[in-house]
Amino acid sequence: MHLDWQPLFLTFQLASIVTAILFVISVPLAYWIAFSKKRFKYIIETLVSMPLVLPPTVIGFYLLVVFSPQYFLGHFLQTYLGIRIVFSFTGLVIGSVLFSLPFMVNPIKAGLQNFSPALIEASYVLGKSSWETLCRVILPNIKPALLTGIIMAFAHTIGEFGVVLMIGGNIPGETRLASIAIYDQVEALNYETAGLYALILVLISFFTLLVFYYLNRKPLKIF
Amino acid sequence: MIKIRIKKEMNTPQGKESLALDLNIAKGEFIALFGRSGAGKTTFLRILAGLTQPQEGYIEVGGEVWYDSRKKINLRVQQRRTGFVFQESSLFPHMTVRENLEYACDDDNAAGSIREWIDILGLKGLEGQKPDKLSGGQKQRAALARALVNRPKILLLDEPLSDLDIQARIGMQDEIIRVYQKTGITTVLVSHDLSEVFKMSKKIFVIDQGRIKRSGSPQEVFVDHDLSGKFKFTAEIIEVQKDGVVNILILGIGNNVCKVVASDEEIAGLKAGSRVIVAAKAFNPLILSQKK
Repeated sequence: MHLDWQPLFLTFQLASIVTAILFVISVPLAYWIAFSKKRFKYIIETLVSMPLVLPPTVIGFYLLVVFSPQYFLGHFLQTYLGIRIVFSFTGLVIGSVLFSLPFMVNPIKAGLQNFSPALIEASYVLGKSSWETLCRVILPNIKPALLTGIIMAFAHTIGEFGVVLMIGGNIPGETRLASIAIYDQVEALNYETAGLYALILVLISFFTLLVFYYLNRKPLKIF
Repeated sequence: MIKIRIKKEMNTPQGKESLALDLNIAKGEFIALFGRSGAGKTTFLRILAGLTQPQEGYIEVGGEVWYDSRKKINLRVQQRRTGFVFQESSLFPHMTVRENLEYACDDDNAAGSIREWIDILGLKGLEGQKPDKLSGGQKQRAALARALVNRPKILLLDEPLSDLDIQARIGMQDEIIRVYQKTGITTVLVSHDLSEVFKMSKKIFVIDQGRIKRSGSPQEVFVDHDLSGKFKFTAEIIEVQKDGVVNILILGIGNNVCKVVASDEEIAGLKAGSRVIVAAKAFNPLILSQKK
């Protein structure tokens, strides 16, 4: 039996990139949702959480349509910038970022909303800007929420199937992730290889979550 | 000189109330705002610090206009740089005492000032501790040091002692008085503890339902009956009991509860919660030293 490790590497590569991108965009987004007084924030909040309830294929379908070279955006990107989104690793990253967004944003948002407003005001009174307060006071005190977001987004990206299959397809070395490789092997009746991939994913997911829950047993004490 | 004239609608548990205050504070004065909770004391401090915006008004501190609703001037809280000590500990939990003080300082040459305040407020040996290892009194001393380390123009104390036990509270009162005497910083204390404002401030503003009801020295404000009593205390009535032909008043004086006999005329109009002055003239009280 030959086990191709590439889908596993690709899965980790994707999960790492997606988690990094999500962290960078989720902190300001969660901050805005947590503290903004604008009414339309509820629309944004709802949109962020949509992937929790939608079948992944719905998001995958829309992404496929939007980025397809037959339509405006996809055509524009491919013709003028030479970027192809559908059936490419870039497409997987975009799809996964959108699909895992609530898993990163929601824990960080909850951490921010539960953070003591008195400490934020204490920092302002000491002359510190909201940016400095965020970086030096709030984020260091909501590390468990940040860690939850990072682990959840990472683990969820590893476990993705519907979105990545829709937008990425099954191109070896490019878009064939571990979850798709399992499906592929089952279709080819290679149950042994599929079982091995599945076992590896189970073990990785188990230990990722185990480490997370172990570290998070005492909030704030772990760093 | 600090000039404050503000109006603000407040949402209180009793419904909407308007806060309308007009007062001047001389430079270097120690004033206290006294009143029940919900009277608007904390809102006043927050408006002064820039944490809450009034509907209209004018605030001038040392010739600098901080707020003017007509000219649409509103200095941000960061620019006002008041020294603010909150009721609850507001030390940053992930920082040590020293790091909390360092955070408050803008320039890197503040080490001298940090050392000085650690010394003055008896925090030596605690610099490396995180707030969760400190007692309530130590936390508030550290918070006071953090408020002062950057030499603010005005020190705002929002019931900073209310969560402390009596010993820590008395110690901290002395500490604040000492800091005030040393720095001469204009200080506004908000408190609903009568003995505290009596002991600490030179001038008191009594706030009730968003208005200044009385102001003056503690003596003028609270002891407005002209008595030649041998001793007198301000007390709060806890309960009025009828016992045969006499009435018994159960009074709270500071942290003590005592019972006194009162006639029907004396208790007319009094009920639980009323403030009274208890004075005795006919005998010499015993003065006993208190065991520490």
